[in-house]
Amino acid sequence: METDGNSTHPSRRLFTIAAASTAASWIMTACGPKRLYEAPKDRLRAAIKEMESKYSKLHGKKVTVSDAGPIPGVEFAYALDISRCIGCRRCVYACVAENNQSRDPQIQWIRVMSMEKDKGVDFSHANAYYNPAEVPQEGHFYVPVGCQHCENPPCTKVCPTGATWTERDGIVVIDYDWCIGCRYCMAACPYGARHFNWEEPTIPDQEFNPNTHYLGNRPRTKGVVEKCTFCIQRSRAGRYPACVEVCPVGARKFGNLLDKDSEIRYIIEHKRVLVLKEELNTVPRFFYFYAT
Amino acid sequence: MRLFAIRVLASGVVLAVGASLAGDGAKPPSPPSGTTAKTVPERLDVPPPPFSEGIFPCSNCHAGMPVDRTRRNLEAMHSDIVLKHDETHRWCLDCHDANNRDFLHLASGERVPFEESYRVCGQCHGEKLRDWRAGVHGRRTGNWNGAKGYLLCANCHNPHQPRFHALAPKPAPMPPSRTMK
Repeated sequence: METDGNSTHPSRRLFTIAAASTAASWIMTACGPKRLYEAPKDRLRAAIKEMESKYSKLHGKKVTVSDAGPIPGVEFAYALDISRCIGCRRCVYACVAENNQSRDPQIQWIRVMSMEKDKGVDFSHANAYYNPAEVPQEGHFYVPVGCQHCENPPCTKVCPTGATWTERDGIVVIDYDWCIGCRYCMAACPYGARHFNWEEPTIPDQEFNPNTHYLGNRPRTKGVVEKCTFCIQRSRAGRYPACVEVCPVGARKFGNLLDKDSEIRYIIEHKRVLVLKEELNTVPRFFYFYAT
Repeated sequence: MRLFAIRVLASGVVLAVGASLAGDGAKPPSPPSGTTAKTVPERLDVPPPPFSEGIFPCSNCHAGMPVDRTRRNLEAMHSDIVLKHDETHRWCLDCHDANNRDFLHLASGERVPFEESYRVCGQCHGEKLRDWRAGVHGRRTGNWNGAKGYLLCANCHNPHQPRFHALAPKPAPMPPSRTMK
């Protein structure tokens, strides 16, 4: 057997390069402000305390900022029944109220698309600005679209500052303090789910929801991107997201993908299920289904 | 040839081991205990049935009245009820119990209280009842991993006219504008 030391063992130069780059990257990440999960617990607590008092002063009511982490053994998924949705937009406004979205300029995390039954699920003919006296309109069906919480999210990959990532329970989150507003993620998202604060957001004090989460509905500032978090402040406390509870036709379903007795598993196992833009291999955790 | 056979055998063993390992690995972690009820109970906690004001108990009026089983237009009372629910085949006493008006009844004749009216509906709409029990049909409130709020069929669907009425939609989103403040 012939042996060739040069080809099977790394050269000294290669080793030096690898060691130097490792050291450089360690130094770069160790310096500077800490990210959410790298910060020591007590420092995070102090930062949150500071946030709470700042927001309470801003809105004239007691605001709490939760930092509840993912629940072990839980991976969230969502399902929406296209055969039931009537396009009434109750979910849009429940979401705005729950998640403290700016009223002016208007930001809405959910966009309800009206589509023609003849054309099927087709975004090139969809209309988000439909405004008839009554819904559903003859010959139309409705597809509400928000963040799909992809398992293979294009948005988090392009973030230059690591301000957006996927949590262990499947929620794609944004740390507004790390977002620099470059909007690469918005360009990368094929669902138009991310929204940019072009102006300082305005929310009337009496409508402000004081039950907030660090990665969710705490107040944002001008120049940051925001999006659906499956109502992280509610779902991590065991509750349904606001849109699920408000839907008058019961089209919205939410649960734990890892629990075989959950609603979501029942839907995937028993109903016709689809995801939007499957060909992009984003692997959404947001499913659409037909119950009838 | 023998070498080939051995290779095939070996790869088979590797595959088998790999499959068993993958099987173990792919098993989803068991959900935290007590997150979900394992079996849905036969009776569910539901809000009270949406009776019209002062209409229940029905026996207040019906107790002393003779039972008239002939199919007819109601004129003296209940004229506000318009039946649009398979009305060519159904009539009041197909669901309401003639002998005790405070109850409904199944096709078998079994009496069912109004609080369990879903059993009456489920006789025809069996797949809806199944979905509803699983939490998939109907509106849910409460906790995804705990106490879930269920509604009776009749809380959303008028039993006499079960089809949903059209709703006025909330305002459309503002189209994007190019002007900045």
